Amino acid sequence: MDPNNHRSRLPVRARLATTVGGAAATVSRLAGKGDGSVIGGIIGLRLEPDLLSLLAADRQVVLVTGTNGKTTTTRLITAALTPLGQGIASNMHGANMEAGLTSALSRAPDAPLAVLETDEKYIPAMVKATRPKVVVLLNLSRDQMDRAAEIWLLARRWREALASAPGCRVVANADDPLVAWAASSAAQVTWVAAGQRWREDSWCCPNCGSHLLRDGDDWSCGECGGRRPPVSWMLYGDQVIDPSGRATQLDLALPGRANRSNAVVALAVAEAFGVHISAALRELRTVTSVAGRYTQVTRRGCEIRLLLAKNPAGWLEALDVLAAPPAPVLLSVNAQGPDGRDTSWLWDVDYRRLRGRNVLVGGERKLDLAVRLEADEVPFRLVNNIDEAIDAVRAVSPTLEVLANYTAFQQYRAVLGRTQ
Amino acid sequence: MRPLRLVWIYPDLLSTYGDRGNLLVLERRARLRGLPVEVAEVNSDQPVPPDGDIYLMGGGEDLPQTLATRRLQADGGLREAASRGAVVFAVCAGYQVLGMEFGGADGAQVPGLGLLDIRSGRGERRAVGEIVADVDPALNVPRLTGFENHQGVTRLGPGARPLARTTAGTGNGDGTEGAYAGRVLGTYLHGPALVRNPGLADLLLYWAAGPLPPLPPQAEELAQRLRQERLTAILPG
Repeated sequence: MDPNNHRSRLPVRARLATTVGGAAATVSRLAGKGDGSVIGGIIGLRLEPDLLSLLAADRQVVLVTGTNGKTTTTRLITAALTPLGQGIASNMHGANMEAGLTSALSRAPDAPLAVLETDEKYIPAMVKATRPKVVVLLNLSRDQMDRAAEIWLLARRWREALASAPGCRVVANADDPLVAWAASSAAQVTWVAAGQRWREDSWCCPNCGSHLLRDGDDWSCGECGGRRPPVSWMLYGDQVIDPSGRATQLDLALPGRANRSNAVVALAVAEAFGVHISAALRELRTVTSVAGRYTQVTRRGCEIRLLLAKNPAGWLEALDVLAAPPAPVLLSVNAQGPDGRDTSWLWDVDYRRLRGRNVLVGGERKLDLAVRLEADEVPFRLVNNIDEAIDAVRAVSPTLEVLANYTAFQQYRAVLGRTQ
Repeated sequence: MRPLRLVWIYPDLLSTYGDRGNLLVLERRARLRGLPVEVAEVNSDQPVPPDGDIYLMGGGEDLPQTLATRRLQADGGLREAASRGAVVFAVCAGYQVLGMEFGGADGAQVPGLGLLDIRSGRGERRAVGEIVADVDPALNVPRLTGFENHQGVTRLGPGARPLARTTAGTGNGDGTEGAYAGRVLGTYLHGPALVRNPGLADLLLYWAAGPLPPLPPQAEELAQRLRQERLTAILPG
């Protein structure tokens, strides 16, 4: 028996479960129903309920969670670990619940490493099942509350889960008070100053509820003494400052402050695996798009860039990433199940900085967005599809920035072709 | 002319989901009619000014809801304003806070502000989804359309009247939705409840500022289209 072959060490039923699950995934893929990672995992788990634990045993697992940046950070960590020269299992297509994680591991039975994006709600169960070496906590803010738990409750569950996982290192964003509170129960924490652009969900101390005192990125509680922990990694402009205090230029291909933060987090994780910062950075710079995000596509002579944002904090960061005026912008919003069926969150985003720009509005819930923009006195034009948007701008601009929430983004990707 | 004073109470604790929308809608509809508006956003570490015209309270999770209630009780500004006839509009958690008591984080009942004769507790299931409700004819406000996301069950006492009767959705849990007494009004329609219900926004403005000139139709066109789209989606045929 090959000691490096993890699958050969699985019990018979688990091996059968991965085989049948893998076959189901292949069928699903061939039938054009997505990448098959969810159905494969579901079938595997039905045959062997402990399949995920069995598949995770003997691997070094990284779980990545947070409201925003999970998919991108998972991709960046996977890149940062490639200098190790070992196989890495990862759910890069964003299937981030138990079935998706199971499927990712069963598709890479021999990979000794795993970097797994994990839905916020599933962290306690997934920490238990996979016994991770590292858990990454990025941020917590309001998101799809018609189906997700409330975020103070999520933070408490993370806190409890990490308190009972003594072998695990947590890499956490010290700038997000809720995340810091959740992470501080862990035995070992690497604190990263990953920034917090959206602050509307952390006015109050997660520990005692008092109004937090804020000074730049620093925060503290006047009542219970809770404060921002001292950080060992930091984003400073376009530079990362590592634990030795040395500054290095990031020079990423991915745009925006949020992605620079995600890269710093990835470097901190890579260090926990013994990867040198320069080797890791070389890999991070090669990442140009993540599951269609930031992809540039040309359609009918128009250069289109696709941006995804799913909630107020994500929109705030994405509005920063938009190309400068006069580049026209198409905003598009749906409210299907994966988006959250409630569009109230539109009222948490400040659109006033779009005043004076050429703004187009699309998506299944374009009227919700239209009324929102009207209240912020942002002029716009309604369009029914991407071609109407191209027609509307082609006389004035060769480019179009598209910012959409989840299913609206996927619909555009389907029309524009699934390029990486 | 003395400006209309809008006071948003505790956006740091009670603003879970787009609650700013109610402030923006009131502000816009007042300004379009030439009424000057002054807005105060009052965080939980600041005193609530007692001289406002319309007070707004939003939704929140269990713990912030309890904290907000304690602070409002200690502060006294909202109570003083309500007792001299100011308009109070509260949604979801804020609605419960106005009442005699509500269900807290650990299952224990928490005393509310007592501005509305309602008692709220925790229901068995979370009510999540679109809600449609017909408003008390005495208020002369068109049918409500909105989104609810709460686990509260509310019973009205003799001192409060139901705001509306539900056609779709859960509301208070007994076929009624929301409550009002005098110029204090609460609803389970969460977040930006006034966006799809400009008639309700105008009722609050009327209570605060007296008779209002109608808006030019184009200023309302999008809001009315959105309203119709949502009503048609929820009540087909």
